Parts: sequence; structure tokens; C-alpha cells
Amino acid sequence: MANHDIHLTVRKGTVHALVGENGAGKSTLMKILYGMQKPDEGTIAIDGEQVSFSSPADAIARGIGMVHQHFMLADNLTVLENVVLGSEKLYGIGGRARRKISEISDRYGLGVRPDLLVEELGVAARQRVEILKVLYRGATTLILDEPTAVLVPQEVDALFENLRELKAEGLSVIFISHKLGEVLSVADEITVIRRGTTVGTAVPAETTPRQLAELMVGSELPTPETTESTVTDRPVLTVKDLRLETAGGKALLDDITFTIHAGEVLGLAGVEGNGQTELVDALIGLKHADSGTIALAEDEITAWPTRRRREQGVGYIPEDRHRHGLLLEAPLWENRILGHVTEKPNAKGVWLDPKAAQEDTRRIVEEYDVRTPGIDVTAASLSGGNQQKLIVGREMSHKPRFLIAAHPTRGVDVGAQAQIWDQIREARREGLAVLLISADLDELIGLSDTLRVIYNGRLVADADPATITPEELGSAMTGAATGHLEHEAPPADGRKSDPAAVREDTAPEDEAR
Amino acid sequence: MKKFDKERVLLAVAGPVIALAVAFALTSIVLIASGKNPVEPYTLMFEQATYSDIQVLIINQASMYYIAALAVAIGFRMNLFNIGVDGQYQLAAMAAAIVGAHVALPAPLQIPLLLLTALLTGAFWSGIAGVLKVTRGVSEVVATIMLNSIATAVIGYLWLPTVFGVKVGNNNTTGEMHESGWLPGIDMGAAGEIYGFVIIAVLLGIGYWVVLNRTRFGFDLRASGASESAAAASGVDPKRMVLTAMLISGAISGLAGLPILLGDTHTYSLNFPTGIGFLGIGIALLGRNNPTGIAFAALLWAWLDKASPELDFHGYDKEIAVIMQGIIVLAVVVSYEAVREWGLRRQQRRVGAELAAGHVLGAASAASANNSEKQEVAGR
Repeated sequence: MANHDIHLTVRKGTVHALVGENGAGKSTLMKILYGMQKPDEGTIAIDGEQVSFSSPADAIARGIGMVHQHFMLADNLTVLENVVLGSEKLYGIGGRARRKISEISDRYGLGVRPDLLVEELGVAARQRVEILKVLYRGATTLILDEPTAVLVPQEVDALFENLRELKAEGLSVIFISHKLGEVLSVADEITVIRRGTTVGTAVPAETTPRQLAELMVGSELPTPETTESTVTDRPVLTVKDLRLETAGGKALLDDITFTIHAGEVLGLAGVEGNGQTELVDALIGLKHADSGTIALAEDEITAWPTRRRREQGVGYIPEDRHRHGLLLEAPLWENRILGHVTEKPNAKGVWLDPKAAQEDTRRIVEEYDVRTPGIDVTAASLSGGNQQKLIVGREMSHKPRFLIAAHPTRGVDVGAQAQIWDQIREARREGLAVLLISADLDELIGLSDTLRVIYNGRLVADADPATITPEELGSAMTGAATGHLEHEAPPADGRKSDPAAVREDTAPEDEAR
Repeated sequence: MKKFDKERVLLAVAGPVIALAVAFALTSIVLIASGKNPVEPYTLMFEQATYSDIQVLIINQASMYYIAALAVAIGFRMNLFNIGVDGQYQLAAMAAAIVGAHVALPAPLQIPLLLLTALLTGAFWSGIAGVLKVTRGVSEVVATIMLNSIATAVIGYLWLPTVFGVKVGNNNTTGEMHESGWLPGIDMGAAGEIYGFVIIAVLLGIGYWVVLNRTRFGFDLRASGASESAAAASGVDPKRMVLTAMLISGAISGLAGLPILLGDTHTYSLNFPTGIGFLGIGIALLGRNNPTGIAFAALLWAWLDKASPELDFHGYDKEIAVIMQGIIVLAVVVSYEAVREWGLRRQQRRVGAELAAGHVLGAASAASANNSEKQEVAGR
């Protein structure tokens, strides 16, 4: 039973937010509303009329449209082609469709240009194309699944502006998010789901994020702030002049130089697609640097293969856990072996040691509170947050010296988020060096000892997490503040004690253009 | 969690059972459509399986299918499709036959030498495809298909009397092997002789299981097959893994022709069985790349082969068996995918249900339902 006793009423012309822990049953509910899954009991009514969906096509016919968390667009087609794909019968594929797209775009202020290639668009623009795609199909109720996860604050504001336009035109929006502040700012009504059932509704004007979160987890709430600095002067990871090129010689990463010390969390801010993935690949050894060096403590590891790096203490919490962190159809205990197959307790010499690995998986499941009925179930059957806890537990179990944590709490509920933060903080106290990449700026600012901004494959700015605001960081991330975020204090040590470390010399927005 | 183990067994068996049921049903429809009795052929064929001489034939045939299917299965386990088993085993058998005819060592050395020759020849032939894949990105499917065709040409060349060929009447052979290279069989009296190589086939099956499930290498290989990206991130060198898997697959292929070569024909001639490599693909599919499953599948295939000739004597066409084999392969692909998806979804639902009911592997794991409810609250 993934869902039971769900009561959800969405009024016309409102934004209705749906919040809840991961694995609470939000996705299942959305699947039912969108016709991907059939409910065992209960009813759905639209405009008072009872309906039953057996496929998304039925849902679309009834005016329900879904914008998925992962965009479903073909990069090498134009916006127009993407929009009409699968709905050629509606307005054809030519001038009529183009006119319709422009009309929708103007009406809701989406600013979508039909003839651009999707690959030329940024993340926010792609999202608007997804929304337009749904509207084009005649949707009157939109389901947005964590739409802000990939956006910077400025883009989030723009999205909310769009949502208000939609609302004003009488459309309804169901908005799923983990970011409670955003939910409170955009939603007219909020429904909270916990353990598969609706536990309450809230009106934003009368609710604080904290109250809402407590309703969600049913307990007290954490903040990502680190208390005292644990940064030492012992460098663990030293990257010098790192450059990575495409096959054609275009730089994906250029001139990357930074040092992470034992006990230091270096936060890397940046809009997705600005070289973070490539940097992580270069550090873990999936891509090899075209020039420059990477050193782990005393050893130069630039030429080391991935396995050796991992054996020597590089932990890796990947950005995309399904692609890089798990074998989805393998049992949990085999996933515990993944990435550490040569290390204890997983192996003895060339032989696997399944007993010990299983034993240790049980330990991880208990210590890291992975919610599972057993260690023989497949990784795919766990919710995202529990999968992530398993990965964190696995990586931490090998006592890494340097941890790459790419979006460690993405798609993870507040409860699990707090745990993961705690674990990173604890390891940091014991001298772990962490590279933290996150789209959640509060997390980034709260956990990091040092902040860097990556833009277009270069580290363009740095900032002191003690004083900087998400908005300031956001403008550096869009490239607007390139070279203008300057600091007087030297990098790394002693920054926490110097609140005046961040100073913007010029107005970033104007100068950068 | 015994429940999930039982479930996994059920899922593993459901696929082949559904496929076989569908195959029997469809074949019966074919029989009805051609105005024949839809049941009698099966009775006849089952009856055949009770005769001891047919049983020996089935086991002997199955040993070759088994080895070929293991070779294919190794590739499948890491998403490599080695269609070239057919060329690899034929070329390897011929190489072993030639060495066996020209080198005369005592049996304890001669037989290992022949095995080694076959292993290396098979590995060499598949290795070409492996190298092409890792260096030039050539699909192994295309490369191995072409190598099959090249193997046929090479075999034709080696059969020339001026090279290694020996003409026996109209037949091309490689000459008779020295007797020290003949592998003694297991005498079953009037029923005939089971190839000694059957034992090696069983050992290969055990080795296959041990390597895949109990070694680091096997884990890396399976991980590569399950998710290339996750395997790479875990430290597997994808190129080296492709090449290694291709070499191992080829080496095992090389042994597929040896049961009959060392146990019966003692020469590589025009009469040497062909197409075992292709059959191996279907058998590996049916056996779900699992050594026990493949053994059953190989026996089933061999039974269809060896029991069907009897049909001709009763007014049925023995090609019914071929139709069945074809339908089984088709049905297997469809039913496995369906069962797999169903199983995954079912497990997700069940895990959700168990968690909702409070069965969490908590501090004092899996106590009574009341206890675990408390633990979960405490676990927060």
C-alpha cells in the first residue's frame, strides 16, 4: 500500500502545493492522477464529474498535464517540433501549430520561441517549453513535479511569475516541492502527505516553513548550518590548472585550481551544465584531464584509474544515483559492494565475501536508517531518499579522505536531508575533505566552509558562506557577477571569523553586460 | 527475508514456464491448422525420451549446446552479444583436430594441449571483435557476424590438401587424430557411450557460476552488464572489461565442438556439426544466463533434436521440433521482459506496503509487528 485515505481538493484558478517526505507517496499519487497507475479504491472527480484514467492519454483528454522533473525533450529538434511531437493532429505541424505556440506563449508570458533548437536552450527555458507542451495539449490542470530543483533563485521567481499568469487565466496548478519557502510563496493552498496519507492542509499566510516541515516529518527540524570551523591547514585535495576538452578541443573545464583541506567543505555553486559534471568526472577518474594536475594529499593521482582512486580514499556520492550510484535491479547488499568490490568487507583477495557484505549492509541499513524490509530487495524498490541514504552509508563506511558529494540531498526529504548533513558534518570533524555541489543554495551556504562559483567551465568567483546571500550567489552563477565578487581575506582558513570578507566592488548586474 | 527469496525463485521459473506453455500451444495450433492431431507428436517425442540410447544421444548433444550457450551467456551478462560463437567453435575444433593429427604426446599432455589449442583459437577469433570494439567502436554484433563468415573461408582454406586437408572419398577432413587425444567416454552398454567431455561441460558450468557470483571479477562483469555507467563510476575499466569478456566468451566457445571431436569423430570433416553457436543463443536466453537454467534448456533443445526424427515414421514432419524451438525463443524474449517488469513493480509495491505496515529492518531487526512500529518511531 503506497497510498491510502488520500483527500485532495484542487480549486480552479489556484496553485495547490503538495509536500511530503520522499517515499511519502507523492509520486504514486501523481501517477494515479496522471493515469499511469490505477487506484485500488477511491474516486477522482473533475468539475464534479467522476473520472477514471487508464493511461496518461485519458488524463490529457480530461485536461490534466504533467511536467516531469526530468525534462522529456529531444535536444536535436526545435521547440516547435518538440511541442507538436505526438500531438500532430491538434494543429498540424506547420504554420497553424507555430501560431498556436506563439499565442500560448504570449498569453502566459512564457517567452518561448518556436524555431530554436532545444539544445540551445537553458534549463529554465526548457522548462517553459515543457509547460507550453502541456498547455498546447489543452491542459487546464498542470502537475509540476519539483519544478524548482534545477533553477537558480532568479529563475524560480520567473517561474512563479508564469504560474501566477496561469492561475489568473483560470488554470489550476499542482506544485510538488521540497523547498518549503517556495511553496509558501507561490501556493494558495498546501496539502501535506506523510506515510502515504494526507495529514493536513495549510494556508500559506498562516504558516511558517518550520511549522510546515514539522507537519511533514512529524518531528523537530534541522538546519544545514555548521557550527564551528574544523578547517585545518593540511591539504587533502589539490587541483592545479585543470583543463578538460571535448573531442573537438573546446574547453569544458579550464584553469581550475583549488585546494580542499582536511576538515573543509568546499561548496561549488553554479547553474547546472557549467562544468560541474565534468569536474566530478575528472576527480573520480571517469574523464582524464587534458592538462593540469590533481593530487590527493601527497600523491599525484591525475593518471590513476577510478578504482585506484576509490581504494585510496575518494568517496563518491554521484549526482545521478540511478546512473552512477546503484545497480537498480540488484539487491541492496550487492549495491553495498558496488564501488568497493576490492575492499573489505566485500572481498577477500580475488574472492567476494557475500556473507560479510550482507552483514555490513544490515549495519548500514540500521545506522543510516534506510527504510527497507530487508537487504535482499532490489535497490529500485526503495524510495529515492532511502537509496541515497544507502549510498551515503556505503561511501562513509570506507572512511574516505576526500568525498565528492554531488547534490547529496537532491530529491531527498527533510528528515533524510538532516541525517545526510549530520553525517557529512561528523566526517568533516574527523578530517574529511568534501567537495559539495548543490543546486540548493541554502544547503551550499549552510554546509560549506568555502564557496566557489563555476561558470562556463571556470571558477569565476569565490565567497564567504558566513556573509553571502543566495541572491548574491545566484547572480554570480548566471555569470552576471563574473570577476566582480571579490574578497579581501585569503581563501580557505580563517574566513568564518571575518564577516566583512565579502565585498562587491561594483554593481554586478550593470558592469557584466 | 525468506519471502523475497521465494518470490525470486517464482519469478525465475515463471518466465520459462510461460514461454514453454505458449510454445506448446502455438505449435499445437500449427498442427491443427495443417489438419493433424495436435497432441500425438508430443506423446511420441516424450516416449522417445524414455529410451536409453536416445537419452545418451540427448546428453551428448546437450553437452555441446551447453558449452556454446555458456559462451553466449558470459557475453549477455555484460550486455555483449557474441553472435560469433558459431565461427569461434568451428575454427577452434578444426585447430584442435589439426594439432591432434600432427602432434603425438602421451594422453595426459595431449588432451590438455588440444584443450588449450581450442581455447586460444576461440579467444583469438572473438578477441578480434573485442579489439575492434574497444579501439574503433565497431559493434561486436557486426564484427562477429562477419568473423563467422571469414571463419568459414578460413576453414575451407585449411581443408585444402596442400594445407592441412586430407581427402577421404568426397569428404574433406583434417586427417585422423592421434589416439592419445581421444577422450574416453562413459560406457553405457548397449545404449552407447556418453562423451567424457560431458564432465568438463559440467565443470565449466560450475566454474561459470563461481566466477560470476563469487569473485570480484564476476561482480565487475555483472555490474557492467547491469549498468555500464554505474560500473564505470565504481571503478571498472569498461574497455578492459569488454575485451576480457569477449576473450573469455571466445575461449569457452572454442570448447563447444570438442565433445564430439574428442569423443567421436576424431577429425574435423564436412560432417562436423554446424550452427551450434546460433542455437546456443536461444539456449542461453531460455536458460536466463544461469548455469542450471542453461543445462535444462540445453537438454530440452537436444531432446527436441533427437526425438523429432521419430515423427517422420508416424506421418508427422520432424520440422515441428524446429518450429517449436523458434517459437520458444520468441516467447522467451517476450515473457521474460514481461515477468521482469511485473516482478519489479510488484516488489516496489510490496516494499511500500511493508514499510507502511511498519516492517522495517530496524534496531532489533524484524521482531514482532508491534515492536517494529515502535522502533520506527524511535529510529527518527
